[in-house]
Amino acid sequence: MNSLQVRRTLLVGLVAFALLMVPWVFGAFTVSTFTRALVFAVLAMAVNLLTGVAGLPTLGQAAYFGVGAYTGALVSIHWSELGIVQLLVATLAGVVAAVLTGPLAIRGRGVAFLMITLAIGEIGYSAAGRLDAVTGGTDGLSGILPVVVLPGGEGLVNEGLIYYYVLVVAVLAYLGVGMLLRSPFGLTLRGLRDNEARLRAVGYRTDAYALGAFVYAGGLAALAGSLWASSQRFVAPGDMGFEIAALALLAVIVGGVGSMWGACLGAALVVFTRDYFGQIVSGHAPLLLGTLFVLAVYLLPKGIAGGRAQWRTLFPRSHAEHPTAEVR
Amino acid sequence: MSGWFNAHFVSMVDGVAYGLLLFTLAVGLSLVFGMMDVLNLAHGTLYLAGAYTAYALSDGSWLGLLIALVVGLVVGLLGGGLLAAAVAPLQGRGHLDQAALTLGISLIAAEVMVMLFGAEVLPTAPPSALSGSVSVLGHTYPVYRLAFIGIATLLAALVYLAFERSSVGALVRATVADRDMVRTMGVDTRKVLFGVFGFGAALAAVGGVLGAPIIAPGPGIDERVLVLSLVVVVIGGLGSVRGALLGALLIGQVQTLGVALVPSYAPFLLFGAMLLVLALRPQGLFAPGRA
Repeated sequence: MNSLQVRRTLLVGLVAFALLMVPWVFGAFTVSTFTRALVFAVLAMAVNLLTGVAGLPTLGQAAYFGVGAYTGALVSIHWSELGIVQLLVATLAGVVAAVLTGPLAIRGRGVAFLMITLAIGEIGYSAAGRLDAVTGGTDGLSGILPVVVLPGGEGLVNEGLIYYYVLVVAVLAYLGVGMLLRSPFGLTLRGLRDNEARLRAVGYRTDAYALGAFVYAGGLAALAGSLWASSQRFVAPGDMGFEIAALALLAVIVGGVGSMWGACLGAALVVFTRDYFGQIVSGHAPLLLGTLFVLAVYLLPKGIAGGRAQWRTLFPRSHAEHPTAEVR
Repeated sequence: MSGWFNAHFVSMVDGVAYGLLLFTLAVGLSLVFGMMDVLNLAHGTLYLAGAYTAYALSDGSWLGLLIALVVGLVVGLLGGGLLAAAVAPLQGRGHLDQAALTLGISLIAAEVMVMLFGAEVLPTAPPSALSGSVSVLGHTYPVYRLAFIGIATLLAALVYLAFERSSVGALVRATVADRDMVRTMGVDTRKVLFGVFGFGAALAAVGGVLGAPIIAPGPGIDERVLVLSLVVVVIGGLGSVRGALLGALLIGQVQTLGVALVPSYAPFLLFGAMLLVLALRPQGLFAPGRA
């Protein structure tokens, strides 16, 4: 192993250790904030798969997140408390929703795609508020039972255990997205972003790849929605509104468009800014979020994951301390 | 037919007032996007700033309205100048960074306005001379909305003439069509861009001052009018004054007449209409011809 691999292994180990220690170190409120951050990270990965990898900026992933959340909640209430059943059915529902709406969405590219997905998101939000019989309307859906991991086991009510449940699923989702990105399909999606006309000229059916990415992202967002239903045990139309869609897109931009760990970090930053630091400064969360976005756009043009060069211009002193860092 | 017309007359006139209000917002958004390729998600904030100005300054007299209009105009120009200066360094970095920056600015501005005016929706009274109702074709109708239709029609006509018939308008249209060519011919396009940004922002803020009695200022109104004007711009086509006007009048009818006709589908009408246009004619219904 060369030094880069050693460093990477050390970093992964350190992050894994830190994530595992969270319930042992922090109180219940902070742990639940970490749980929300993990759920939001999965949603941000779905947004990033479209926005950053395939070059299709989306404001509609909150709709599939909502489909997953409501499906997971309904499965929990009417059918099964088993987490795996809820996750599978919710993901399937998200895939079906994306297959049905995707052909419309991929008619546009760039800002047109953004507007179509915005419309899909808003229609989904309105539908959730209107279909009282299924979704409980604007009152939301409560009475979701604690999620059960193994058949015959007990439901998870402890904040720490819920955190571990969400952590395991989120890590699996991260690995799944990583595999997708290294596959020929994932590489073709990057080509779709970089030069679609050339890809089409070479003979790829680019619309099919865009639809594939849309369906994968829909399923992933629905998976995150099911985690949301299990961890919050309450789902309302607000969970799939414009605000969630915009925050997910902004998390991806702050984290670094195209980078999955950047999107996860951006999601955590957004959730902690809104729910944790926003609480400390007496509920001025929008002010903090706005400042975060403005600063991120100016100071880190490529996002948190955008490479060392921009960090070095921000903190020139650390550059002087590590002169070898430049040789790569 | 005349019975149907009679029953929905008020809705249709409401739709015209609503549509003209949307036009004052959408035209700036459309030109800024069409010309500068800047996605300004803080556009709704300018409306809200104008509407709060009207709430704070108008006291029911003509003078109050006049002061509110002047202050609103200044607020809009300053806001537009600030936004143009804020997005200027992002040239060539794509729409996503602009969206993040302007959305961030709008979040900060919205929070500041909540601190100043509180979290309530503030119903704003029109000047007392216009506060009554009159009878129009046998229906009672608020005088202020009729006056608003008159003023906004005048405003729309002026904007249309300035854009389509004046030499400055020709320069702006040329910049929309081919920015690089205009620059090659020796025009400093940045000045044109700043001018259009300030003009669009001032129009949105003035729209806010005049529109406060129709869409009252309050938290979340900035987001609502932003989404409405985005829909108008998408339907009308980017960078076109005519498109913004026709799109705004269409959406005005969808939002009032459509809701009156099929109330149970009301929440879906707006975005359903936008989806339909995007699916059938992605460049917008009235997009200007481009190379």
